[in-house]
Amino acid sequence: MALVSVKDLHKSFGELEVLKGIDLEIEAGEVVSIIGRSGSGKSTLLRCLNQLERHDWGTIHLADQRLDGGAMSPGELSQNVGMVFQSFNLFPHKTVIENVMLAPVVVKQTPKAEARRIAEQVLDKVGMSEKVDAYPAQLSGGQQQRVAIARALAMNPKVLLCDEVTSALDPELVGEVLRVLEDLAREGMTLILVTHEMTFARDVSHRVVFMHQGRIHESGDPQTLFTQPRTPELKQFIASVV
Amino acid sequence: MTLDFSTLLPYADVILEGLVTTLWLTVVTTAAGITLAILVAYARDGSPTGSRRIVSRLLGGYVEVTRNTPFIVQLFFLYFGLPALGVPISATVAALLAMILNLGAYTAEILRAGIDSTLTGQHEAARALGLSRLQSFRHVVLVPAFSRVYPSLISQCIIVMLGSAVVSQISVFDLTYAANFIQSRNFRGFEVYLVVTLIYLLLAVGLRLAFEFVGRRLFAFRQGGSA
Repeated sequence: MALVSVKDLHKSFGELEVLKGIDLEIEAGEVVSIIGRSGSGKSTLLRCLNQLERHDWGTIHLADQRLDGGAMSPGELSQNVGMVFQSFNLFPHKTVIENVMLAPVVVKQTPKAEARRIAEQVLDKVGMSEKVDAYPAQLSGGQQQRVAIARALAMNPKVLLCDEVTSALDPELVGEVLRVLEDLAREGMTLILVTHEMTFARDVSHRVVFMHQGRIHESGDPQTLFTQPRTPELKQFIASVV
Repeated sequence: MTLDFSTLLPYADVILEGLVTTLWLTVVTTAAGITLAILVAYARDGSPTGSRRIVSRLLGGYVEVTRNTPFIVQLFFLYFGLPALGVPISATVAALLAMILNLGAYTAEILRAGIDSTLTGQHEAARALGLSRLQSFRHVVLVPAFSRVYPSLISQCIIVMLGSAVVSQISVFDLTYAANFIQSRNFRGFEVYLVVTLIYLLLAVGLRLAFEFVGRRLFAFRQGGSA
């Protein structure tokens, strides 16, 4: 049974229909990259998966549990689906470890000592255990993003959503963030990434989904998809980004 | 005319009593006024619906009425108006209430500017982590919002401290009342008001320094750079 299953998802912003019926099944441990031009609906799809956007039609299930339409409280959602953003969105007035501990303590009501232990563990995983007491403003973009990943992991989610997590980074800092994601993939974390890093999509993901005009236009294993695109739209897209 | 400050010496305890009153009025007002402002700002935050919308409108009315009427009229309204409605109120309580309501309204508006400038990404990160609206307000929004408007907040608290001089008009024994009292006894208006002016000046400077001291600790996160 699929870990995430999306059925007939529709979403409009006013007159503009951004998602025109998305069907997608993702297995536990799968790494799925969603690619496509801006405006193709890929970020909206990702944001529907943790209900930052409410879709108009369709259903989302996590394992056998309904996730959308208020079936899960925000607290439950955050323990199932984590999210990392393009602009990091760390809380500037909290230190690295406070950023990571906040949701476990406040939302999950984990005792502080236990939350600290978990925080130290996930910060170690992303290679940020040296900087636990630093404030976000004292960190580089790459370091901030790694903390943001740790912050999402601290809730022990089943799926991690990554929304263009390297797009705001200086080129020399992209590698350190991608390496963390690779490690997570290797450990069996279910990752759904909206990305412009085609090399990463090709080398790390199990499946690539190409979105075009609010629909999944083509999807498949990265090798086939990138070397033998079936549709002219994907062919064109690949030519424009590589 | 010769200046003779020694004529004030017998009244030192009067000045001290007035000073103590002004000080505690200021301290209590600052604490209660900022707390009130936080509650008002929270209630008015976002786009409230249903019953929250009514509360938000009422609070908006309170803020506007307070910001668009003279403080002394507000004070008189509480002191003379409430007893007329059958609610007896002492001068001190009326003064304190007027000051708190006044600071609360101005600070709520100052704070709102800070809250409104919170980046969308902060709200989204909080939501994605499962924080409720209240948790997000308290743990994510509030401190950075305060840090952005802190200079205006300091000025507002100083204005209220200085404005407290008005409460002498309803016979609250504050620093200004003390000055009026002494002047009416020894007729040394210049000396008395010079001394009291200096005390107010020192209070204002002291209050600012205290606020800045607290601010440096509270908002230490800003020193690392801009985030």
